[in-house]
Amino acid sequence: MSKDININVHHITRVEGHGNIVVNIKDGTIEKCEWQVPEAPRFFEAMVRGRRYDDIQTIVSRICGICSISHSLVATKAVEDALGLEVSEQTDLVRHLMHYSEQLQSHVLHVGYLTAPDLFGEKSVVPLVPKATDAVLKIVKCHRVANQMSAVLAGRITHPVTLTPGGMTKVPTEQELLSIKAALEDAVPELVEICKVVLSVAENLPAFDRETEYVSLTQTHPAYMDNLSRYSFYHGDITSTDCNGDGDMPVNKWESVANEYVSSQSTAKWCKWHRDTYFAGAIARYKNQREHLSPLAKEVEKMFGMTVDNCNPYMNNVCQLIEAAHVVEASLEIIDKLLTMGTKFEKVNVTPKAGRGYAAIEAPRGILFHAYEFDKNGECTWGNCCIPTNQNHANIQADFDKLVPQFMGEGEDALRQKMEMLVRAYDPCISCSTHMLNVEFVK
Amino acid sequence: MSKPRVAIFDFACCEGCQLQIVNLEEEILNLIDVVDVVEWREAMSEQSHEYDIAIIEGSITREEDAKRLEVIRSRAKILIALGACATMGGVNKMKNNFDLNEVRECVYGEDGKMQHLDTQLTKAVDEVVQVDFKIHGCPINGAEFAQILRSLLVGKAPFVPDYPVCVECKANENICRYEYNEICLGPIIRAGCGAPCPTAGWRCFGCRGMVDNPNVEAAQEVMDKYGLTVDDLKQKMVLFNTK
Repeated sequence: MSKDININVHHITRVEGHGNIVVNIKDGTIEKCEWQVPEAPRFFEAMVRGRRYDDIQTIVSRICGICSISHSLVATKAVEDALGLEVSEQTDLVRHLMHYSEQLQSHVLHVGYLTAPDLFGEKSVVPLVPKATDAVLKIVKCHRVANQMSAVLAGRITHPVTLTPGGMTKVPTEQELLSIKAALEDAVPELVEICKVVLSVAENLPAFDRETEYVSLTQTHPAYMDNLSRYSFYHGDITSTDCNGDGDMPVNKWESVANEYVSSQSTAKWCKWHRDTYFAGAIARYKNQREHLSPLAKEVEKMFGMTVDNCNPYMNNVCQLIEAAHVVEASLEIIDKLLTMGTKFEKVNVTPKAGRGYAAIEAPRGILFHAYEFDKNGECTWGNCCIPTNQNHANIQADFDKLVPQFMGEGEDALRQKMEMLVRAYDPCISCSTHMLNVEFVK
Repeated sequence: MSKPRVAIFDFACCEGCQLQIVNLEEEILNLIDVVDVVEWREAMSEQSHEYDIAIIEGSITREEDAKRLEVIRSRAKILIALGACATMGGVNKMKNNFDLNEVRECVYGEDGKMQHLDTQLTKAVDEVVQVDFKIHGCPINGAEFAQILRSLLVGKAPFVPDYPVCVECKANENICRYEYNEICLGPIIRAGCGAPCPTAGWRCFGCRGMVDNPNVEAAQEVMDKYGLTVDDLKQKMVLFNTK
């Protein structure tokens, strides 16, 4: 049997942004095995300079269309940190809800539209329509519910227009909250059905393990220690599976978590904390916060037999389903709280001042860091963003390094498929990569 | 008659406009019935060099991307620019206000000098190739996208409003942003978005570009009434490179 394999996937499909996979195997020897990112850099950190403190979230929202709510939220938090602004309980709760709507939207989109075709052996969701009509319609329905929720809370589905440093420009009415509540309750059985459909083809997730460091937020905010938002997407410190309950990092030290470095293996800039690579994303959040999952999320976890010891990166897709169930229940809890409190418009007064601020939140695809500095007039003088996909690039490469020797005997097509599925499992958002890998272009 | 073949391509952007197409949900399934989507990297694995309609998202920031766009233009009968990055350069064009070498150094430090981090002045799609239709907005309005595509398919001129955002903002019964001492671009910007920004308590950011023939006198009147100048208005057009 021929031992030569040449894989050259130029611009992998069904991911956000542009990435390449290159593998050359000659006579059974791996000569090259690379994950490359040729995305056009867009230089957001340079462009925000000179802009006013209240325009930052509007600009950096455009880093990514899929996680625009996360980028807007983390930027707003970083600006608030710089300007020393506190927000009200109502603002904090509404922002949580807005953030959950994006987690649900993104997870359903990723598992349903981008990953499911692989599990069914199809090239896109389109041929799944006649093949699994009912399941596709359920995915569409859950996706729409999440989008409707974003539209109410963020002012529209993509690129929020209700956020401002210090508060919200618009808050949901009782009527709007009740309609979101009804839609979410209605989506629960559909979500469970989607999980069952994915479970029916879950044996097509490759059997592959590689233990690594898993980095996420861990809740520290006193208001969220005894409710479902204890499983944090929004507040807290930075932790990892290597911290062992000790050495968690406050978010204003995120630069010493990300530790961007040049790899000796290539000249690429990657991130590392305790080891050479780490994993950010649903599986990292799950591993660090599993005991705080909602009852429905724990049911989904059980359905798939997922455990904290599982180190299969493809299971990130399953963790996204677990989290989709979790955020539905966590959202319902917050809606009930807001309904009890009653919502009202709160006027925001901000006096600009000089300072630097840091923030971290969990984007659907992993922990997201922003930092900005302002002069006394509130004009931005410096910005720094580090996005989850960047943090995962090194870990994807490390997975490739173990996966290729393990599966090369299965031939080129099977290997290519497994590598593409692996990249998709990370749910990369490559347009986000404001810092980029050094690339050896595909010949 | 064979179905028109449609291909969707992305350049420097956030891909949020493609997402608005996905967000059409069931309606997209109806559209798929009447066209053949032959390439759409974000959603499907198939690729093709044969298409009638090319939809271009994003702006052009590198020589290699300009070349790729020219090849797409040569293959397509109709080329559509999708979203503010494609129609005007969008937020990407803020980069052009700085020295490009300094921009590279600001983001990448010493590594900024590396060849693959090369960047050129951001261009809208029509600064590189001829554009047949523009679908405005950051992001685009999904319903408007569906309407324009349907019109093109039946050979009808698509309807794109040529009146300002103020018309839609008033219809939403909003209080004018100028009453809050804010500078809003609504009076000169093309409607069609449904005025989501002023409705949510923000100003109009100008992401859809100006109407064909802005009513300068009316805008001047608004400026005078609130003690502002046209320069104040122009300052607010930097974000999306509104033109």
